[in-house]
Amino acid sequence: MLILVTYDVSTLTPEGRKRLSKVAKKCLDYGQRVQNSVFECILDSTQFRRLQLELGELIDETSDSLRFYNLGDKHKTKVEHVGVKASYDMEGPLII
Amino acid sequence: MKKLLNTLFVTTPDTYLSLDGENIVIKQEESVLARYPLHNLEAVCTFGYAGVSPALMGACAERNIGLTFMTRNGRFLARVIGESRGNVVLRKEQYRISDDPRRSALIARNLIIGKIYNSKWILERATRDYALRMDIKRIKQVTASLTEAMQIVRDVEDLEILRGLEGNAAVQYNSVFDDLILQQKEHFFFHGRNRRPPLDNVNALLSFAYTLLSNDMTSALEAVGLDAYVGFLHRDRPGRASLALDMMEELRSVHADRMVLSLINKKLINAKGFTRKENGAVIMDDDTRKLVIKAWQEKKQEKIMHPYLNEKISWGLVPYAQALLMARYIRGDLDEYPPFLWK
Repeated sequence: MLILVTYDVSTLTPEGRKRLSKVAKKCLDYGQRVQNSVFECILDSTQFRRLQLELGELIDETSDSLRFYNLGDKHKTKVEHVGVKASYDMEGPLII
Repeated sequence: MKKLLNTLFVTTPDTYLSLDGENIVIKQEESVLARYPLHNLEAVCTFGYAGVSPALMGACAERNIGLTFMTRNGRFLARVIGESRGNVVLRKEQYRISDDPRRSALIARNLIIGKIYNSKWILERATRDYALRMDIKRIKQVTASLTEAMQIVRDVEDLEILRGLEGNAAVQYNSVFDDLILQQKEHFFFHGRNRRPPLDNVNALLSFAYTLLSNDMTSALEAVGLDAYVGFLHRDRPGRASLALDMMEELRSVHADRMVLSLINKKLINAKGFTRKENGAVIMDDDTRKLVIKAWQEKKQEKIMHPYLNEKISWGLVPYAQALLMARYIRGDLDEYPPFLWK
């Protein structure tokens, strides 16, 4: 299924900036960056649960937030892109 | 059934593949061409001189992601294998069977039946779909003799005889394969199989498709814990994945030949994509190779009903399903190895 992960990490403090880069790096392990703090990940339910737990441990719940949108298995019709930074289709043929 | 994951093909020369966190990163010079999470991949296939970092090799081996190196022309060079996994008891039994000609023959027999059956149905289908454009009588003669061959194979318990029968059936099938090419006949024809190097466009396509299939088959066998290098029909030879070749026999026609035929007949490729070298070898250019890979990957996504498992799976999982059935037979859970009989 396609999971959309977005986050807001407060960068007012040095610790916050550290958290931000950790969260971004973790998201990158699971999917592709489609906008600055927006990631698309193709995951199964185990991987999704693990991502939720791992990100939950990184953030500070008093100042940061995370949102997960589950777009399901039939996500092809649900996403449209306009403008620069077109993403790749993780499930289509991957030829570099 | 397991989920079919994607295969990454790297055809750009002078790229370097490395590991970053859980991602595979493809770099050219210092710029990053792409990065993909490893958990979405089940194989990486590189053409040309792509370098790979040891860290990435290790990560692929650990996650059971097949990492294969090929030349620009699609000839197999090497694959990275990690620590042997799976069940050692299963592999030992596989070796015992491979050492016993009679027990090997019992498996080889079913593989060959699968091969002949599938070749036959390709021809039957063609006569049904294009009745007016083919020499039906000639093709019917061939399918009749293939039916006969299948009946003979069913009772044979000798490997040498089986190899002979398989060879004959292949000659029969090849003799009418050219009839299945309906478009662009002046550039795409089949007058017999040749390889290393392939001498015409169709053989170049077939060789490349078989390489792709053998990679998928080898990975599938390793995934279920079998040794892809110890076969029953093909003899052991260093560096040859004999079991993968054995198991490919039944899939060659339905998986590879059909894709090649539809690429030609739907005019997705044309003669401009091929060049002949001084020694007669025909090679595909990069764009054509990419088209073939794309068609291959798309075909793998198509769903079919597996005739034995009675379950809807994608074409890409057929090698895995057959490897699983082979492992079950070797383990003693099945009385016979059930070949993949395409309908």
